[in-house]
Amino acid sequence: MMTMLSSFETLRHDKRAAIAATVALGIVLAVFPFVISSSLSNSWLRIVDFAMLYIMLALGLNIVVGFAGLLDMGYIAFYAVGAYLYALLASPHFGLHYPVWVIIPAGAALAGLFGALLGAPTLRLRGDYLAIVTLGFGEIVRIFMNNLNAPINITNGPQGITGIDPIHFGGITLAKPFTFLGFTIPSLHAYYYLFLALALFIVFVTIRLENSRIGRAWVAIREDEIAAKSCGINTRNIKLLAFTMGASFGGVAGALFAGFQGFVSPESFNLMESVMVLCMVVLGGMGNIPGVILGGVLLTLLPELFRHGAGPVQMAVFGKILLDPEALRMLLFGLALVVCMLYRPAGLWPSTTRRREFKGESTTDVMKEGE
Amino acid sequence: MNMTTLLDARGIAKHFGGVKALSDVSLTINRGEIYGLIGPNGAGKTTFFNVLTGLYHPDGGDLVFDGEKLQASAPDKVAKRGIARTFQNIRLFGNMSAMENVMVGRHPRTHAGVFGAVMRNSRTRKEEAAIRRRAEELLHYVNIADRADDLARNLSYGDQRRLEIARALASDPKLLALDEPAAGMNGTETAALRELIEGIRKDGITVLLIEHDVKLVMGLCDRVAVLDYGQKICEDVPAIVQKDLKVIEAYLGGSIA
Repeated sequence: MMTMLSSFETLRHDKRAAIAATVALGIVLAVFPFVISSSLSNSWLRIVDFAMLYIMLALGLNIVVGFAGLLDMGYIAFYAVGAYLYALLASPHFGLHYPVWVIIPAGAALAGLFGALLGAPTLRLRGDYLAIVTLGFGEIVRIFMNNLNAPINITNGPQGITGIDPIHFGGITLAKPFTFLGFTIPSLHAYYYLFLALALFIVFVTIRLENSRIGRAWVAIREDEIAAKSCGINTRNIKLLAFTMGASFGGVAGALFAGFQGFVSPESFNLMESVMVLCMVVLGGMGNIPGVILGGVLLTLLPELFRHGAGPVQMAVFGKILLDPEALRMLLFGLALVVCMLYRPAGLWPSTTRRREFKGESTTDVMKEGE
Repeated sequence: MNMTTLLDARGIAKHFGGVKALSDVSLTINRGEIYGLIGPNGAGKTTFFNVLTGLYHPDGGDLVFDGEKLQASAPDKVAKRGIARTFQNIRLFGNMSAMENVMVGRHPRTHAGVFGAVMRNSRTRKEEAAIRRRAEELLHYVNIADRADDLARNLSYGDQRRLEIARALASDPKLLALDEPAAGMNGTETAALRELIEGIRKDGITVLLIEHDVKLVMGLCDRVAVLDYGQKICEDVPAIVQKDLKVIEAYLGGSIA
């Protein structure tokens, strides 16, 4: 881990090494789906596609929780808003079939609006209190989706919306293999490239925001809200901006999810999903973009590994299945979280400052004495 | 109102439940002076600061700053109007570097929004470079340039005080309000602080100073106001304030009748 971090640091300073690394990473990411589908299976590629969606979610939540320090426990609601918007605007349910380049920006905008709606009444809350309110908000959105089938059927209630159009641009639909420059690109691979492109876009936006006047204002609010106000930061607007930006990333991921899955129902957006995304942010390294991406990848892949691995391993060792792989999966996941928080409380890949913060340097008590 | 007055506080009142923290406090601060606000513990000095900088909503009275009324309870607008402050119990952004702390202080004088930050157009790049340059200058100015990349929480106590002043100066204030800047400092540090405050005044910034160190206040300030139990009991040049009977009574306690 440490060598990885230090080589990451050298890349920052050496331009040629950075370009070479970028090209190498680009090639790896480009051939990756073909390696996965030929060496493992298409179902694993599907999981990789989902990992991309979770990376987008984790990066969005990272703005709210990691940068601005606002604990949001209902983040999945914005994913739901994006997903349902896609489902309603591109399915036989209403007979609407808008193209994806309309729906994704609309999903980002609508989720952003919901973010502001959540942010506005909770501006005065922090920490535990904010967590409770946002948790309630997440549940409210889910329950609305569950019950908006009467008197007018909008969301089709618990049955969800089926037959959603696959993502398609112009004449190309990603649901079927298509030929591009002589290459035949299968459906899952095409989704992979689309999700990768949008995830990279979100990474880019997040990095730019982090190193800006706005990003500094977010962190200042996280560190000390009163001091931030006295420094001339309009904390109301800057907090609303964090909620809006974070939510809009969730909306994009949600719209992609609906098009990819072809089916949405309220149960995809329960509290457990919010908790999972929060775990990705915290476990990966709150506030640090590479860490959050790592968290998103690990927490999508590891549970699947358990799911697929637990059964065969038990068969091989005991000759029969003693523990339900599903139950075992949650058990091991919980254990992994506890171990991680004990031994790497700042996350697996914390930002440099967070690492220093948790190391507890000798002078760290100075601030406390002043208070 | 004449041109020399920078801040005119008229009949400021603030109470918390039954406690009258400030009642009918009026004072005027002139441009370019160092104005001291002293008084025993609990006299209402910090409450006055918090009303002035918009953290508390006053229960009465007006604040006129630089010819215009100050909006009550809007700290960010107060900062934008040109009043910067430090806190009695240092409030830095502990997990940001010293440099970043000062850069945050530049917030009200800069404009880049989300669009500018993401596009990083030439205007944003220029602004960002200017913020960085100004922050470097200020760290030099308060003599902690060598700690620029250290986390604020890891600076020594005296350096934290200096960093807070640099952060306040970053907003190009007309009035710098310092809440007990010398608290907990030793003699050498206090002397250096005194030099710093005098330098700030020479640069044309008016200073409002709350301080317990009477020697520092009397030596540094042009005029001094004394608060006791939320009321102003005296306002004059140090030499006269020192001899004022009410002030002596407030500080030494008891009646001298």
